[in-house]
Amino acid sequence: MPYSKDDIAKRAAAEIADGSIVNLGIGLPTLVADHLAPERDVWLQSENGILGMGPFPYEGDEDPQIINAGKQTVTIVPGGSTFDSATSFAMIRGGHVDLSILGAMQVASNGDLANWSIPGGRTMGIGGAMDLAAGSRRILVLTTHTTKEGEPKLVATCDYPLTASKVVQRVITELGVFDCAGDRFRVVELAPGVTLDEVRAQTGAPVEAA
Amino acid sequence: MSKKVKANVAEALEGMSDGARVMVGGFGLCGNAEALIAGVIDTGAKELTLISNNAGSMGKGLARWLKAGIVRRVICTYVGTNEDLHRAMADGSIEVEIVPQGTFVERMRAAGAGIPGFYTPTGVGTVVAEGKETRDFEGRTYVLERALHADFALIRAHQADPFGNVRFYRTARNFAPAMATAARTTIVECDHLVALGAFDPDDVHLPGAFVKRVVHVPEHEDVIEFRTVRPLPEVQ
Repeated sequence: MPYSKDDIAKRAAAEIADGSIVNLGIGLPTLVADHLAPERDVWLQSENGILGMGPFPYEGDEDPQIINAGKQTVTIVPGGSTFDSATSFAMIRGGHVDLSILGAMQVASNGDLANWSIPGGRTMGIGGAMDLAAGSRRILVLTTHTTKEGEPKLVATCDYPLTASKVVQRVITELGVFDCAGDRFRVVELAPGVTLDEVRAQTGAPVEAA
Repeated sequence: MSKKVKANVAEALEGMSDGARVMVGGFGLCGNAEALIAGVIDTGAKELTLISNNAGSMGKGLARWLKAGIVRRVICTYVGTNEDLHRAMADGSIEVEIVPQGTFVERMRAAGAGIPGFYTPTGVGTVVAEGKETRDFEGRTYVLERALHADFALIRAHQADPFGNVRFYRTARNFAPAMATAARTTIVECDHLVALGAFDPDDVHLPGAFVKRVVHVPEHEDVIEFRTVRPLPEVQ
């Protein structure tokens, strides 16, 4: 059975080393926070200026001036700090964020990432995506394996506008965990019951067995 | 009272004129100088270049400038759910430059620090780097980005003193400090006006040198764009 969204988030949480500073992108990546126990000592960074972002506030405790980069109301954990955007992006671009977990529209086997614009579609903007992709020490992508129309999102070459070139190390989809290995994806693990042939049929680049 | 402290928003916005380049702080609607934003429309200034992360949202904040037709050009990082900006981009009524967020703020930081340009890894190999000079340092390619200046910066502060020393609150800080340094005239809208000496010198977030005018606006709407909560724990 393929991974559920929650399984993907849980599997992604297992990729995070204890003591890491991690930025979670908008969408699927935000679910990873639900799988990080406090003893993991993981510090969430939000590029609008929080290190030590906590869960959503209890109803009634929302503060309009405490939001994450998705503009959702959040909290700040004990030991957390707030700072301006220049400091935040110094943290990101300067390599002080250990891992960014991002969504994707396309990922190429060489690590190219496209996640900000679909040609002919509405441009949502770049936001912090390019800085996170270029500056984080490691990039993990969480995405569905294909688009709603069934087109592969893991491809040989991105035809959507790039966010950054050769930055993605690993991708987790409902079909499994895959490494970007140059001219191919390499299987790290398959979701329970998923076969290599199924993955190959839904991937736009060669896929090498584990 | 210091000459920097203005009696009202109209006085604080004196000199706002057609074609001005205006930086406005805020991450979406969080940390907006709401009264100054509304006040700019009343000045009648038009053909503005708006430099702001989102240029408004949900029809509020800077979206009112777009609807009022006083903006000619926007430099921003994210459009998202700002339907007014999507519409203006689609019909070509406003020229929009989308910049990576870290580059956006660093361009302002550089401007404020007397640095005309800098090399960044962000955007290399993407449309952002097209037509720009690149250079390799220690085996990695970087793109040259230029400083971003403005005539005015409109920023929101939690507290300000009469010299223009400022403290911000939580994530309302975002782009405000960099914008304050990059603009010729920085205007602060503060929730609380405190006495000179009320701040411990170690606790000032933005020193008064970067602030030209202060206006005290005690009440704010502070709109939440996405109200996300978790249920209260069960009472035993």
